[in-house]
Amino acid sequence: MPQVREKNNIFKGIDTWLIIMYMALVFLGWINIYAATTSEIHFEILDFSSRYGKQSIWIILTIPIIIVVLFIEARFYERFSPLFYIFGLLLLIGLFVFGKNINGAKSWYAIGSFTIQPTEFAKAFTALAVSKLLSDSAFTFRPFKNHIKAFFLILFPAFLITLQPDPGSGLIYLAFLFVFYREGLSIYYFLIGISAIVLFLLTLKLGYFSGVPIMIFGSIMIFLLLITYLLIYRLNLLKRNWMQLSFLFFIVCGYIFSVSYIFNNVFEQRHRDRFNIILGETSDTQNIGYNTDQAIKTIASGGFFGKGFLDGDRTQGKFVPEQDTDYIFSTVGEEWGFLGSTIVILLFITFMLRIIHMAERQKSVFSRIYGYSIASIFFFHFMVNIGMVIGILPTIGIPLPFFSYGGSSLWGFTLLLFIFIRLDANRSYEW
Amino acid sequence: MNKGGLLYISILLIGIIFIGKLFYLQVLDNKYKISHLNNASIKRVYDYPERGYIYDRNGKLLVANQQSYDVMIVPREVKPLDTLEFCELLKIDKQNFIKRYNRAKNHSPRLPYVFLNHVSKNDYAYLQEKLHKFKGFYIQKRSIRQYPMKSGANVLGYISEVNLNQIKENGYYQQGELIGVKGVERTYEKILRGIKGIKHIQKDRFNKEIGIYKDGVYDTLAIPGKDLTLTLDAALQQYGEHLMINKRGGIVAIEPSSGEILSLITAPSYDPNMMVGRKRSRNSTILFGDTINRPMYDRGLQAEYPPGSPFKILTGLIGLQEGVINQQTTFTCSHGYRISAKRKMGCHPHASQVQLNFGMYTSCNAYFANTYKRIIEKYDTPHIGMDSWNKHVESFGLGNFFGNDVYGGRKGLIPDADFYDKWYPAKNWRALTTISNAIGQGEVLTTPIQLANMTAAVANRGFYYTPHLVKVIKDDTIDTKFITKNVTTIDPQHFDPIIDGLFDVFENPKGTAYSSRVEGIEICGKTGTAQNPHGQDHSIFIAFAPKDNPKIAIAVFVENGYWGSRWAGPIATLMIEKYINGETSRKYLEEKMFNGSLQDEYDKQLIKTNAASEGEE
Repeated sequence: MPQVREKNNIFKGIDTWLIIMYMALVFLGWINIYAATTSEIHFEILDFSSRYGKQSIWIILTIPIIIVVLFIEARFYERFSPLFYIFGLLLLIGLFVFGKNINGAKSWYAIGSFTIQPTEFAKAFTALAVSKLLSDSAFTFRPFKNHIKAFFLILFPAFLITLQPDPGSGLIYLAFLFVFYREGLSIYYFLIGISAIVLFLLTLKLGYFSGVPIMIFGSIMIFLLLITYLLIYRLNLLKRNWMQLSFLFFIVCGYIFSVSYIFNNVFEQRHRDRFNIILGETSDTQNIGYNTDQAIKTIASGGFFGKGFLDGDRTQGKFVPEQDTDYIFSTVGEEWGFLGSTIVILLFITFMLRIIHMAERQKSVFSRIYGYSIASIFFFHFMVNIGMVIGILPTIGIPLPFFSYGGSSLWGFTLLLFIFIRLDANRSYEW
Repeated sequence: MNKGGLLYISILLIGIIFIGKLFYLQVLDNKYKISHLNNASIKRVYDYPERGYIYDRNGKLLVANQQSYDVMIVPREVKPLDTLEFCELLKIDKQNFIKRYNRAKNHSPRLPYVFLNHVSKNDYAYLQEKLHKFKGFYIQKRSIRQYPMKSGANVLGYISEVNLNQIKENGYYQQGELIGVKGVERTYEKILRGIKGIKHIQKDRFNKEIGIYKDGVYDTLAIPGKDLTLTLDAALQQYGEHLMINKRGGIVAIEPSSGEILSLITAPSYDPNMMVGRKRSRNSTILFGDTINRPMYDRGLQAEYPPGSPFKILTGLIGLQEGVINQQTTFTCSHGYRISAKRKMGCHPHASQVQLNFGMYTSCNAYFANTYKRIIEKYDTPHIGMDSWNKHVESFGLGNFFGNDVYGGRKGLIPDADFYDKWYPAKNWRALTTISNAIGQGEVLTTPIQLANMTAAVANRGFYYTPHLVKVIKDDTIDTKFITKNVTTIDPQHFDPIIDGLFDVFENPKGTAYSSRVEGIEICGKTGTAQNPHGQDHSIFIAFAPKDNPKIAIAVFVENGYWGSRWAGPIATLMIEKYINGETSRKYLEEKMFNGSLQDEYDKQLIKTNAASEGEE
């Protein structure tokens, strides 16, 4: 059967563009890790004592992972996704018992000197489980209990991860909101979420007037204006909805008060510091603001064309802490300048849009949702990481896909991507 | 587009925001931009070339460099040590040690700091033996100035650390670097200092050095300072300084044929070695703080006095040039010159019928007052006469800056018609109003170096070279200004009668410096006595020798030295003798000058001013 022989060729039907972009991103990532971690006299690119040498090995070890992922039949992923998900949860739960504490978080399993971070793989397993749930022909977001099911699926691993504690990685699971919305969840979830964030930031930014958040006065003003408007022009509407409006008003005021309370009494100082820097409330460049300040100065010093490979003096001087992991983009900014940074950003955008484009062409709903999930996950990482490095978002430590140093994250993202490539390659055999 | 568009648009939106922010950061100007060489990650290490040496005209070393040793400390690296032994080695006490240690630690625990500067060579030798026991301390050598001749402090000037203004004005200097502050050190700063070399060293965020930045493409090599040979004669300079001990004043000697300054002496002065090394700041306070003797004030350059009688030379020359007198013109002197019914310019007793030669060597006030009156009144208005007089006088380099390489001159004052118009708004001044100018009193002010230059111009019979200090710059040429002739407005033939008169000042028994004449040297000169409202008159003398082919022109000024031939005359002739013959024959006079002191006179003035200021209160 010719069809069978074709199916046995594991590279048949895979998306060449995506593979090329993947390889480009991994290669560029390695180049910058090399620049950020090289010191005088290492020439061996496989030198296991250096970070870039280790990264070379992680990259080489993606090959067996890719082969295995592509070798497994597409339907297997769909069928066994609940098992993957449970396996992922067990790995996360196991951390509380067997996890190794590094930098204050129990996020790693240690096997000898080798450590692995299950958080990075849990994303792929959750994506599979979400795809499985949402692709069920009986599933819609109509009944409220389905909302709970879907949210439980993503919030449970996020909760476990936040407890490690690694709140940044936990936050990533919010990316699935895009998927839920795509699959029929009401836009209100988004609007409420965005309103909550805007109110939160405005409350902190505007501060207090005699102990009362200024936003409270703002809300009263807006509410009174709205009432006045309705009284004059839409009396009927007001008559019908006055209860809901009042309720909304009290909810907003309650939220503003609780934001101040949580910020001042529940948050730890380091969390407050991060927000204060982004809100421009403190201009500290020595202690809490050091990373961000150094990263921005390093990027700014790159200029239009950059200083050239290995010629970034601030990178070579290791001015930016964590420059090979969370702050890897500052290396790109310094050594490759505006030109190089823009190319990397455009490459990421093309990569993500390509995944969305491919997801939308899937005949299988499972494949489509999975593709959409990983595009959302990549987007969240991209947005939060680069946003943090260039000083738009507060400090949230998550890796930049394929760029940041680390075997677990590289393998996690590779797994995430290649399951989709497998699913996509299979679309011609869908029945 | 279906609901998938939200993610699609979000991705594009975030992409645009990121690229926009990067454009702001990397392409536009913003507060995060720092010059890539002026960056915290790059340390510049300077390689300071050795400062050029300074020699006198005969190759004698005036200014050299010596090693100085600073004990440096890196507080973090200091291990517990035997403080007692260490303090003994450095000759400091324990409290001092703790104070210095804390100061260094406050500066930075990681960075080197000067623990004790300028350790002597002897202490250094011991210290070096024992230093291995004291972790965190090391020795840093640096080069400081040394003055083997111990003379010429004010001419040579000194170097000191740049101040903030100098750093602002001149981008070359960094805090802690040295710059010539006065004298030759200042004028020839660029030549002497050379250009420092710069190495860029890449540092990491702990300030640790991790290698040479960009393999040294931005680095430069140090260019050594050039040696300087001055026109000064060190022996003459020292001799003059010796003569001026316990007196205040200045001596300037110039070689007329070249404008080279042979000596530039001010008294009181100080040993230039005082402004070097560890005692420097204390000495500097003492020297600058001495407002009575003002040792940092160069009287040879900066003191503006009325020149007195030597100025009669110019009055005579201008009279001849303007044709208002000749050698036979005769004026009457009745113990002075009657300016008006009530005012009279006095003169000392001498024969009444005065001609030029006699007037010159007896220094007759009446003769030159008459001449001056004729000069001013030659034209229709005194204005034209005054301006013509001014032009003649200024052609001798008076009343203006030389614009030469001698640091810190003064303009002096040669009045012109405008000057008196301002003085007398009615503009009704006449020759007689300004008659004191004739004999160098009045409004005329000159500095000793200007007088010396005037003397040189007379010695040359009508020209001078701008007086200067530089003779040779190694591998370089000197300013062409110094080899350009400045011709005066007086024709050469008018000089001989005047010079004959100046010669007779020494040779004629009635001459005012007859007693100072020197066997075997034909000296021409002129005594001067400038009135001083604060005390005794100033003693002035100008001279050149020999009469033909003069080798030296000199101006001597001794504050409160009573009259010209009492102090300034003997000093001038001793200087001339020393310079021309190499030694002096008049040992008695020499001893008298060496040991003579005007301190009593100065003290008297001080008491008077103190009493006056107390009276005011």
